[in-house]
Amino acid sequence: MSIFVDENTKVVYQGLTGSQGRYYGMLNREYGTQVVAGTNPKKAGSDVDGIPIYASVADAVAETGATASCIFIPAPGVRGAIMEAAEGGVEFIVAITEGVPAHDEAWFFNKLRRDFPNVQLLGPNCPGIISPGKCNIGITAGHIAKSGGPVGIVSRSGTLTYQALYELKQKDIGVTTCVGIGGDPVPGTSFIDCLRAFEADPETKAVMMIGEIGGSAEEEAAEFIKHHMSKPVSSYIAGVTAPPGKKMGHAGAIVSGGKGTAQAKMDALGDAGVKVGLNPTEAGDLMAEIVASL
Amino acid sequence: MDLFEYQGKQFFATYGMPISPGEVAFTVDEAVGAAERIGTPVMVKAQVHTGGRGKAGGVKFAATVDDVREHAGNILGLDIRGHIVKRVWIEKASDIAEEYYASFTLDRSAKKHLGMLSAEGGVEIEAVAEQNPDAIAKIWVDPVDGLTEEAARAWVEAANLNPDATEGAIDILVKLYRAYVEGDADLCEINPLIFTPDKRVHVLDAKVTLDGNSEFRHNDYAQFDETQPRDERESAAHEKGLQYVGLEGSVGVIANGAGLAMSTVDVVNQVGGAAANFLDIGGGANADVMAGALEVINNDPDVKAIFINIFGGITRGEEVANGIVEAMDRVQIEAPIVIRLDGTNADEGRAILQPHLSNALQMEDTMLDAARRAVELAS
Repeated sequence: MSIFVDENTKVVYQGLTGSQGRYYGMLNREYGTQVVAGTNPKKAGSDVDGIPIYASVADAVAETGATASCIFIPAPGVRGAIMEAAEGGVEFIVAITEGVPAHDEAWFFNKLRRDFPNVQLLGPNCPGIISPGKCNIGITAGHIAKSGGPVGIVSRSGTLTYQALYELKQKDIGVTTCVGIGGDPVPGTSFIDCLRAFEADPETKAVMMIGEIGGSAEEEAAEFIKHHMSKPVSSYIAGVTAPPGKKMGHAGAIVSGGKGTAQAKMDALGDAGVKVGLNPTEAGDLMAEIVASL
Repeated sequence: MDLFEYQGKQFFATYGMPISPGEVAFTVDEAVGAAERIGTPVMVKAQVHTGGRGKAGGVKFAATVDDVREHAGNILGLDIRGHIVKRVWIEKASDIAEEYYASFTLDRSAKKHLGMLSAEGGVEIEAVAEQNPDAIAKIWVDPVDGLTEEAARAWVEAANLNPDATEGAIDILVKLYRAYVEGDADLCEINPLIFTPDKRVHVLDAKVTLDGNSEFRHNDYAQFDETQPRDERESAAHEKGLQYVGLEGSVGVIANGAGLAMSTVDVVNQVGGAAANFLDIGGGANADVMAGALEVINNDPDVKAIFINIFGGITRGEEVANGIVEAMDRVQIEAPIVIRLDGTNADEGRAILQPHLSNALQMEDTMLDAARRAVELAS
């Protein structure tokens, strides 16, 4: 099994008529994802390579039975696009767009939780989600992942997500689902949301978790693992040598005053029984050991 | 984006918060002129993007215009934690009865806005936070609801300010929240927020960090971007649109993706070296971007070897390899380069690089081996 998505997930792409949306929408369809619709109020009635375009997510849901949406709308429109998707009736929203203001993120996170408690938002600023062989929503290159299981992956960093998938494929280890939650200040889906889902998924036997400096999401995940997870976890945290107070790239990676350091996160995870690697390769090796002992 | 104190105050003033009359000055003569217009006594305050100004001698009281001349002369050009003072803020001096602390920031863990208010403001607020956390009254504001006056009142009462400061504090905090939200700030902090002998609540300092992602709806924020402190290397990278952070080591790092770039810096360190920088060239790795990145690194005299770490996802290995080859034709590189290319079509990419390999351009299969090689070449 997979978490959040599977082969029956029907996806509407908000922004399918734009260059990014079209490019990745087509790649996702090629991979086997059910890409059932796109939206653009000005181009309703037209199609993109056979995929019908509707004026709104609500129309797309009514006509195609879409259950998820994928957002490639530029940052200024993301807040509106997310609310349109939730009001339109999809249950899972993947927002790929980067550069969304933190105040917008804080607003729609709380708005969804209050008015649409059954809607799960992934992102913004994330690579998306892939359940190898079943469904790929977002910008992950599908062929770097091996299908099957027994490992679930959750990651805060885009390229390190790919690195993790690839490390496991090299070792012939399959993945049930790989979730890129993104590194923004208020991610719609947290490590804990994914860990809980992986714990409940019978086909996932172990979890690989990739974190980075900044915030306290890894420490909270460690606390959750300690008390609520029976499945083994391996981990890697990027940014061990990042100087305090410097923001490294556009990810939400900023260290201030000794809090949120890689060391603090690794210590917390180690305390929770997680096998922590010092680099992505080591984390992959540790996962291979875990899988061999299952 | 961090604002200077005076920019922060001017930002607060647009939301109706009370600030003291003042002027920014870039020279001693300008400072004196400002003081004459404002009327002494004044404060002469260094404008730098760092804390600890007072302890470094960057904040002085001036009773007379002669004092202003002396202090401005000393403060302009002063090095405060590596920041050279290029401008001072001349502000009407205030009488202070009590010093408070007030701020709004995002609590990433609670996913709500966090307001903090304390009757024990001033320079020691961090010590207060550590030793006596109860002295800081906190309020979590749901962004959907915003901060109501009623909630602000309960919050102020919990902070045990002087009872006569209550109404003035509520007024400022409601405005501060508006400035924080409407201005798309990551941080709005007033320390100290003062209560004067004539019972007014007044903004005496301002620390504001704005969210660069919100520039699309704040056309005026470009002015703040220009005054961000960057070393030469960082400025050059910024102009090319590259995500660059200067570090102290000798191995130049180029990687695609922030996480991988951070990880590369870590690995260089783990094998006994030190990175000269963090440079994220983003998802694609075409010749233009690669050439720009190499130019930036090339201009850093401390760089003795360059480690290019690329993981191809959607971007295929051969595109990356062609980009590197083309970029190397365009930029005269001083230091030897070690490449690790993995991911989508890595074999095809490596085949393209193969005929170009030499002492100046080497290739390793794994991230760790490439890091070891680069560190070896740098030492």
